[in-house]
Amino acid sequence: MAKKLISVTVNGRVHEKAVEPRTLLIHFLREELNLTGAHIGCETSHCGVCTVDVDGQSVKSCTLLAVQCDGGQVDTVEGLAQGGVLHAVQEGFYKEHGLQCGFCTPGMLMRAARFLQENPNPSEDEIRMGMSGNLCRCTGYQNIIKSIQYAAKKLQESATAAA
Amino acid sequence: MNAPILSAEARELALAGMGASRLRKEDARFIQGKGNYVDDIKMAGMLHMDIVRAPVAHARIKRINKEAALAMPGVHAVLTAEDLKPLKLHWMPTLAGDVQAVLADGKVHFQMQEVAIVIADDRYIAADAAAAVEVEYEELEAVIDPYAALQPGAPVIREDLAGKTEGAHGKRDHHNHIFTWDAGDKAAADAAFANAPVTVSQHMYYPRVHPCPLETCGCVASFDPIRGELTTYITSQAPHVVRTVVSMLSGIPESKVRIVSPDIGGGFGNKVGIYPGYVCAIVASIVLGRPVKWVEDRMENISSTAFARDYHMDGELAATPDGKILGLRVNVIADHGAFDACADPTKFPAGMFHICSGSYDIPAAHCSVKGVYTNKTPGGVAYRCSFRVTEAVYLIERMVDVLAQKLNMDKAEIRAKNFIQKEQFPYTSAFGFEYDSGDYQTALTKVLDAVDYPALRAEQAAKRADPDSPTLMGIGLVTFTEVVGAGPSKICDILGVGMFDSCEIRIHPTGSAIARMGTITQGQGHQTTYAQIIATELGIPSEVIQVEEGDTSTAPYGLGTYGSRSTPVAGAAIAMAARKIHAKARKIAAHMLEVNEADLDWEVDRFKVKGDDAKFKTMAEVAWQAYHQPPAGLEPGLEAVHYYDPPNFTFPFGIYLCVLDIDRATGETKIRRFYALDDCGTRINPMIIEGQIHGGLTEGFAVAMGQQMPYDAQGNLLGNTLMDYFLPTAVETPHWETDHTVTPSPHHPIGAKGVAESPHVGSIPTFTAAIVDAFAHKGVTHLDMPHSAFRVWKSLKQHGLNL
Repeated sequence: MAKKLISVTVNGRVHEKAVEPRTLLIHFLREELNLTGAHIGCETSHCGVCTVDVDGQSVKSCTLLAVQCDGGQVDTVEGLAQGGVLHAVQEGFYKEHGLQCGFCTPGMLMRAARFLQENPNPSEDEIRMGMSGNLCRCTGYQNIIKSIQYAAKKLQESATAAA
Repeated sequence: MNAPILSAEARELALAGMGASRLRKEDARFIQGKGNYVDDIKMAGMLHMDIVRAPVAHARIKRINKEAALAMPGVHAVLTAEDLKPLKLHWMPTLAGDVQAVLADGKVHFQMQEVAIVIADDRYIAADAAAAVEVEYEELEAVIDPYAALQPGAPVIREDLAGKTEGAHGKRDHHNHIFTWDAGDKAAADAAFANAPVTVSQHMYYPRVHPCPLETCGCVASFDPIRGELTTYITSQAPHVVRTVVSMLSGIPESKVRIVSPDIGGGFGNKVGIYPGYVCAIVASIVLGRPVKWVEDRMENISSTAFARDYHMDGELAATPDGKILGLRVNVIADHGAFDACADPTKFPAGMFHICSGSYDIPAAHCSVKGVYTNKTPGGVAYRCSFRVTEAVYLIERMVDVLAQKLNMDKAEIRAKNFIQKEQFPYTSAFGFEYDSGDYQTALTKVLDAVDYPALRAEQAAKRADPDSPTLMGIGLVTFTEVVGAGPSKICDILGVGMFDSCEIRIHPTGSAIARMGTITQGQGHQTTYAQIIATELGIPSEVIQVEEGDTSTAPYGLGTYGSRSTPVAGAAIAMAARKIHAKARKIAAHMLEVNEADLDWEVDRFKVKGDDAKFKTMAEVAWQAYHQPPAGLEPGLEAVHYYDPPNFTFPFGIYLCVLDIDRATGETKIRRFYALDDCGTRINPMIIEGQIHGGLTEGFAVAMGQQMPYDAQGNLLGNTLMDYFLPTAVETPHWETDHTVTPSPHHPIGAKGVAESPHVGSIPTFTAAIVDAFAHKGVTHLDMPHSAFRVWKSLKQHGLNL
């Protein structure tokens, strides 16, 4: 199949690659760029283990074509920690036992990080709704909610300290 | 100056041993996207496999045309049963003593059965080529209902078994009959019923469901034709068993087969079986001499890998008028699908279903389970439970409620009246299980007090009296006992291999350690908790103890992780291996301190000379000595292996209570409160236990409230994507309250019983009990799962309760 040249900024780095037009973003990330943090769980946008950030929005990368991201900016779990320091959501999931098998975790973290930008001070119900596009079979969500509350608090504290 | 000597308490805390809510060692890689799951593995020259699957449930294969697929650029091979025949790999043994077609051999037995495989350069080409393989089918009448399958004129599902009147589990009396298995004393049970003043009976169907881990099944098989070695990375809960089976099937010596379970994205029983896809990928790699990757998609996972349950159960209880149970009888029709591919210990074709006398002192009991072939996917695995324990617990807990309603007794009172009493342990049940320990009444009282049970019942009575109440209130109470930790090898084996488990510990010269295990974590946190056991046993900080599992080339042989057996069996192996090391360390310490062994006391992390706190050697000092200059007569080094064959199962228990409100207009259910008290004996890591319980409760909620695998009359599975198959999100999932009591197992080296499956096993009947309880005042004794809003609304309508 004829390939198309695309340019995508992933975790701040520009990648120019020739891809088949039918290549899904998740396969582009995992197969072409070896970024295997995001996983594949359902191929129908239900489970959210493939969640990444595309141009500032949470996106299920199993149902988006890589060519649709041409010229765009994609952020994945591999880019979440900065300068060797964990992002608040990563720290929260660790401290509050927000993960078990780890398969949903990269998608959860990317959604959580985006969600806390959309709603920095969420209620428990808002967290449940805001995270409802991401399934977890292990944790029963209760500790995921605590993890996000931990991150929200930490992000607010650092925002206050910076102000 | 000497450094200040820390107190024993401070040193113990620093070890982060048993009882500590130690944060997980596994998490660093998972939160940074550095897990290593099967689909993350890439090898040089790796090809991709896809599977051509049958669109129909029962058919003869008239013709397969590979030409179009083979002509596609990037396609390396298309293989069918005909191609596997010369290798004698077109059929394979199942773990249940049956055989299963690796690729359909002239006949299709269930929808989505594997018919052909395609090997190509990448997964897109493989998928295209799979679609280009032309298969002509001649459809046959499908048999979906197991009762219909047992009728005299029912279509023959397994023509390959023609004339076989003896199966792996005894006589077959019909062409679709697999086995009939009995436990207990039928004559005694019948006698109890014959004289009983009160009897009740109830039919119930436990629906077919799927464990549905978020990671589907898959493998990367790599055969090196020069060395004659096969390495396979695989989503398996039992890699050592896979190695044995692969060696037996392929003829490659077990020493040249390496099976690796890397990070596993959830198992829940789905990853115990050995699936045709694995075998095909291995064959393809051997044939092509290149690595071959196969990863299922979600539809394949739900449609073709092992389901759970599908039990049609009839229960009966005999009792006195004041509610003392005198006898139990159970008859089950078990739908196993087209091949008997359960994964139970060999001697138990219905697993541990005979735990169905539950937490109750029932003098006479009998059960009979009949396995039946249908044109459905094979399976019958333990979905987050120990071999049919979920079905058993559901049966007895439902029956006790049915009896309570018949006698107009309170559902807590009838349980208390029939409990096996604390002083009766060890208690031998009518089915022959020896329950190790328990204290049910203390736990029940704790839960009833915590929720103020009388107040809940009063509120319910008030709601029932109010015709305008917008909701129906239901209270579900379950007091369950599980049997886990399979198992003693005198009665438990898989393919003849005893169900022991193993641990190898090496202490390094500088006092850090590595432990290798025969189990494999799929999220349970073994790397964290196993280290805690060693830390406590040997006084080495858990932080410097590495735990490795899943690689058959390095780990000692073990039966794997399922049936809540990791802590009961492998956890015991750890303690026993550590104790061997401890015994040797004591000899070395005595030598170093120039005293007799008997003159030493062990304290947290050191051997001390009795009566002189200043004279001691820490385990780290002893480790150095073991490699530096061991005492004469002792071999150097400090390591041990232990294969632990448990003397008995363990019997964790729990008391669960659910309060729910049903919207009388819509049938929607809101879980107001769910209180789960678990007793898993000694607790190793409370944080992880609580996480496991949350997860198990949520999976139980999914089963009770929405999961099902309905088939139409032609054998089409109606719903094999996450669009249809219910996995709860954070929105539907209730808030969980957890509690515990601690009744250690007397026969386990550290007293631990296993926990991760109890919440699944215990919560499902609790939800059903609460739903039924909401309708109990209308004489309803049972409602089958799933309790989806539509089905509940239909019940409301039927009983004139809808608004």
